[in-house]
Amino acid sequence: MSENMKLTLKVWRQKDAKSQGKLETYQLDKISEHMSFLEMLDVLNEQLINTGEEPVAFDHDCREGICGMCSLYINGEAHGPDRGVTTCQLHMRMFKDGDTIYIEPFRSKAFPVIKDLVVDRGSFDRIQHAGGFVSVNTSGNTIDANTIPIPKEDADNAFDAATCIGCGACVATCKNSSAMLFVSAKVAQFSLLPQGKIEAKDRVLNMVHQMDLEGFGNCTNTGACEVECPKGISLENIAIMNKEYFKASTKA
Amino acid sequence: MCPQSENNILFMKSSIGRKILMALSGFFLMFFLAQHFTINFLSVLSEESFNSVSHFMGTNPLIQYALQPVLLFAVIFHLSMGIYLEIKNKAARGAVKYAMNKPGTNAPWVSRNMVYTGIAILLFLGLHFYDFWIPELVTKYVEGDMTGMHAGSFRYYEELVAKFQDPVRVGIYCLAFIFLALHLLHGFQSSFQSVGFNSNRYTPGLKKFGNFFAIVIPLGFIFIALFHYVSHLN
Repeated sequence: MSENMKLTLKVWRQKDAKSQGKLETYQLDKISEHMSFLEMLDVLNEQLINTGEEPVAFDHDCREGICGMCSLYINGEAHGPDRGVTTCQLHMRMFKDGDTIYIEPFRSKAFPVIKDLVVDRGSFDRIQHAGGFVSVNTSGNTIDANTIPIPKEDADNAFDAATCIGCGACVATCKNSSAMLFVSAKVAQFSLLPQGKIEAKDRVLNMVHQMDLEGFGNCTNTGACEVECPKGISLENIAIMNKEYFKASTKA
Repeated sequence: MCPQSENNILFMKSSIGRKILMALSGFFLMFFLAQHFTINFLSVLSEESFNSVSHFMGTNPLIQYALQPVLLFAVIFHLSMGIYLEIKNKAARGAVKYAMNKPGTNAPWVSRNMVYTGIAILLFLGLHFYDFWIPELVTKYVEGDMTGMHAGSFRYYEELVAKFQDPVRVGIYCLAFIFLALHLLHGFQSSFQSVGFNSNRYTPGLKKFGNFFAIVIPLGFIFIALFHYVSHLN
């Protein structure tokens, strides 16, 4: 057990969206292996504030792995070396005393850097607005859940797709900067359920159109997104989206 | 809602439409490869049947005037769209690269280097066309000799064997087939994913078959080249 790790951090510092950034090197010690990665960054920021330097800006919110706010490309991998976790759930025990850790923002043309490690993921919001919803009124007139029977497998798959937190790790890690895992999760989540089927055609056409407009790249099925996804969103969703898109494009 | 014609244009211009077209042309090319291999393998088994099948393929109007242009189009489309998408994808990554990136931790090499294995295959195709396809076109459509005969017998087997007497050429062919295998290792299973086929039940088996196809077909081509080289060594 180590309560006293010494680390060298190489952190991307960038004043604002327009400035050029660069990697800065910081030394940290007395890092406990029980800390989360974000707590380690909090320690770094305390140290920076105490020495009169500008703290490092990074995104974070719930710190329990469900909000999708934290990001970071850590030592060459989205959300770091652990699997199935967001950066806030990555723990310092994944690193060794004396390690050098590269900390960079999620990179993509469609995710411009705002400051330091904070990127603008508004492109994801715009894709959601283009069709990632159902227009069925689901509040105030709730009916019994079993009124519309749904095959168990469909319900499970829809639920799995719905666990996507929209963090953008798929885009950050994809060699093509493709957003297809994210978009497919949103498309599949609804297309599998009766409430979503009504708008299925327009949804997939509009969301894919918006995705292309935002400047994301094209999927080449490397599968890197699925490996790095903190929620284990399956590539199967991309196949579902491809099929949905094909159907929507060929049917009148 | 979009009118249908507009939808079709959007489809061609969309990321998913292009990826489906890449897969469909890929399917066609893999089918072509399988039949090309089958016919070439006949040359190992029987000179006579290789000659007669080659003559049929080379002179049948349906194959020559319908399938051959489709094949040519598929090759050109698959290559140019592949390169075009690669350029677009590089641009989508943005201007600043990761200082530290470990792509090998989450995606196999073959899936990340399709454009390079593809370009290697393109270069090979140049040699291959120069060796076989262009002389064939010249004989048949420029000189107008549709008989398939040379000095009283079918020329196809002799032409094939003659090309595989040069060790350098045999070496280049073998190397090209290694690139083909690498390309297919990703391409086969990827095509199914692109057209929307991914099922817990069939995909694992399909991937296994894809790996089998990707190794056996190129290895078979290598075997054919080496067979003709070795069996005609003095």
